[in-house]
Amino acid sequence: MKPRKKRMWAVSLLVIGVALTTALLITAFKQNLLYFYSPTQIAAGEAPLDRSVRVGGLVKDGSFKRQDGSLTVSFVITDTAKDIPVTYTGILPDLFREGQGIVARGKVIAGGKFVAEEVLAKHDENYMPPEAADAMAAAQAAKTLNQ
Amino acid sequence: MIPWFGWITVLLLTAGLIGALFLSPPDYQQGESVRIIYIHVPAAWMSMFCYMTMTIAAVIGLIWRIKLAEVVARVSAPIGAWFTFLALVTGSLWGKPMWGTYWVWDARLTSELILLFLYLGYIALQNAIEDPRSAARASAILAIVGVVNIPIIKFSVDWWNTLHQPATVSKMGTPSIATSMLIPLLIMAVAFMTYFGWLVLKKARCEVLHRERNSAWVKHLIEDSKH
Repeated sequence: MKPRKKRMWAVSLLVIGVALTTALLITAFKQNLLYFYSPTQIAAGEAPLDRSVRVGGLVKDGSFKRQDGSLTVSFVITDTAKDIPVTYTGILPDLFREGQGIVARGKVIAGGKFVAEEVLAKHDENYMPPEAADAMAAAQAAKTLNQ
Repeated sequence: MIPWFGWITVLLLTAGLIGALFLSPPDYQQGESVRIIYIHVPAAWMSMFCYMTMTIAAVIGLIWRIKLAEVVARVSAPIGAWFTFLALVTGSLWGKPMWGTYWVWDARLTSELILLFLYLGYIALQNAIEDPRSAARASAILAIVGVVNIPIIKFSVDWWNTLHQPATVSKMGTPSIATSMLIPLLIMAVAFMTYFGWLVLKKARCEVLHRERNSAWVKHLIEDSKH
């Protein structure tokens, strides 16, 4: 075998070997790499109770309440299947609103409630001008009316 | 050819920035903050593109022992590292107002940070070995091992629950971004690409001249320029 061919084989084997190792590692660590739990997972008791976890989902429409004279807020986080009530004291990010995807870090307390220490807003992969969003909302509303 | 790359870059960057800052609309949710996308996304794309260029050049150098490929691999690394740094910094500045945090250890952000360390490791290894040919061979192995990180970065948002949102432009079907925003984004991406081409050619020329500084043809060039 020519040395050039030998080197080609060595490089290919190296790439395949490293890719396989990484694939195995990733599969093994899948649980730890999970950035957040879904409300369904929390409700099913999959999240540990004694340490801080993250829960991700949508802020349920009409669930947001602010306590008068304080930074404490409460809302419900949902993945449309299960709801988890959340309380939080602090400043909310710009994108926080009802219907928005968020990730909250905190602890699950008795009764399936969640006390957040940090609330992060997640945004989706859609970008459009406000007029387009308005038009889409109007079209959606018209469709619902027709049905 | 080098000045051509330079001029095209200047032209595209100007057009792209005007499009990005003035002509494109604000986002329906993020408002004006969305404009950071026009730097962040092309920089992030380039961070991966530079790594692929660097690795392919390194592999060609390793297998066929072509000196020019080794030079291209070597000069691509710092440029890629800067693009990665730019993507991380702009992402961080974008994350604070939108997500509410500068940094989270989610899969996308972490794998991009690992990419920066891979670049830095590659550059360090290149500089640690005196002889350029053995430096190229040793660092090529590092580049090849690290290439496994590229698909991880790309697909991290699909494989795991990340705070970072999934892909917009390369989504199956139509990209979920308004055309008025997509056009300046793509212009900026091409501008970054030609800028990379420009820098690589310029730096490769310097590197070749430096390596061949004792050869007859370089000495001739120097003699000629003196007259």
